[in-house]
Amino acid sequence: MGHYTTVMGSLESFERGHLSIIDDDPKHYCYSNVFEVASKSRPYDKVAVAKNLDYVIEAIRAEGTSDWFAASHDEFVVVMDGEVTVSFVEPGDSVIARSKDGTQRLPRPPNGKKMGRIHLKRGHQALLPKGAAYQFSAARPSVMIQQTILGDLTQQKWAEICTH
Amino acid sequence: MAMPESAAVRGPARPPQFNVVMSEPDPKTGFRAFELGQFHFLRDDYFVHLSWPTPQGRLEHRMSADAFLRSLMRDVAWGFFYGWVNFDPMFGSRNLYGRVQFFAGRYHEAYHKAGLSYVEEFDSPFAMATCKAILRDWCSAGFDPFAAPEETGSTWAGPKNGDNIEAIERTRVATKRMPGMSGDSPLRDDLPVNRAFADVPQDDPVIEVEPGFEGKLHAINLFKYLSRSDVTWNPSVTSVCRESLFCPTTEEYILPIKHGNDRVEWFVQLTDEIEWEVEDKETGKPRARLLMRPGDVASMPADIRHQGFATKRSMLLVWENARMDLPKLYETGQLKPYPVEF
Repeated sequence: MGHYTTVMGSLESFERGHLSIIDDDPKHYCYSNVFEVASKSRPYDKVAVAKNLDYVIEAIRAEGTSDWFAASHDEFVVVMDGEVTVSFVEPGDSVIARSKDGTQRLPRPPNGKKMGRIHLKRGHQALLPKGAAYQFSAARPSVMIQQTILGDLTQQKWAEICTH
Repeated sequence: MAMPESAAVRGPARPPQFNVVMSEPDPKTGFRAFELGQFHFLRDDYFVHLSWPTPQGRLEHRMSADAFLRSLMRDVAWGFFYGWVNFDPMFGSRNLYGRVQFFAGRYHEAYHKAGLSYVEEFDSPFAMATCKAILRDWCSAGFDPFAAPEETGSTWAGPKNGDNIEAIERTRVATKRMPGMSGDSPLRDDLPVNRAFADVPQDDPVIEVEPGFEGKLHAINLFKYLSRSDVTWNPSVTSVCRESLFCPTTEEYILPIKHGNDRVEWFVQLTDEIEWEVEDKETGKPRARLLMRPGDVASMPADIRHQGFATKRSMLLVWENARMDLPKLYETGQLKPYPVEF
């Protein structure tokens, strides 16, 4: 039986594939790479790398401690490189706009009850439950993708990140 | 209790009965022949012969039984999936959600222009019953149409030799929010790690929950979960954000079908690499080729068909928008076939 090595990417070591156009517009494929996007991002910038009408996948460089965030719907993160801790607190006096989609930045740290923490490594996926305030921290630069809805914090820079 | 990927959801214990049209077993091969409307299906040791009516009489098309059964397995397991499931450039199905079309030559430019194509529409449950009956009869013991060739070998070939009902009674895992949550789909911790992912770390996230919030916080090792998938090219949902579905899957060898999109879908390559061939959905003319490596992200527009190739088993995140009105919006031009303008 052969020996297999599973290849994963990282901020320090990634190699993009290749888009070859035969008869189409390369823009239609929105071809990018989350490690490359994160390598050029500021910590906790939420850069859309995929968009399906109102829904997005954002590439996030996790480094240091983030602001506090929340959403009126479930969100999810998958760590693609490094290690990230997520702290969860009830929002308390911080109001989460129910009518607003996407990640919301809380104007001040939440003062509700502490809910707990999750320590994530590469390949781990966490639920960011609807209505809970959460904060990321990473001791060294790490990369996450976040499944959410297009929101005020989503950055769209397709011309910068995509092959065209 | 973990279970094989697609055993988690099965049909009702007593499914409705349909009059599937089939012959007695052939005395030489042991396989039955089947009819679905005007489509006729016959298999021998190596090939599936399917035929349909044309103005010039019945036209026959031949596929390797291996390729046909792998494609049919996906069509069945996915409930005819989103849009078009092209078994090859000639034959396939189109999901109308409640009804399903089967076609021959319709999306092969030459055959269609020559008037040799044929399309027939069926109630999905009846077509599904016929497809399942074919799989039950034509998959011999040892042949798992979901498995990689190295795992299931050449057991598909030759005359009928028993069956493999357990392998074909599979359907996609139904996840409501995230696997492993109370009342949701199971994890796969007691399934073996696939040989190709023996080096994937199996540690779980550390969850520290404050009293009173038990069950509110949740995390899994997604790569561990995927490393224990017992099937290939079979997306299953691992997170649900309204209609946004993360559907990761493990891919080895060839995607048996060419998937024709009825909406935009997206791929995020999690590990290793896959090469995609992208063709025009209507004509089959090549439009692009795409080599995806870890971290690569690409959309698959709503007007294409695509087929993937992976030498080493890889992890791919397929991202779907499950809105039911999308096929109509794209077909009528109310939405452009690509996701973003820039």
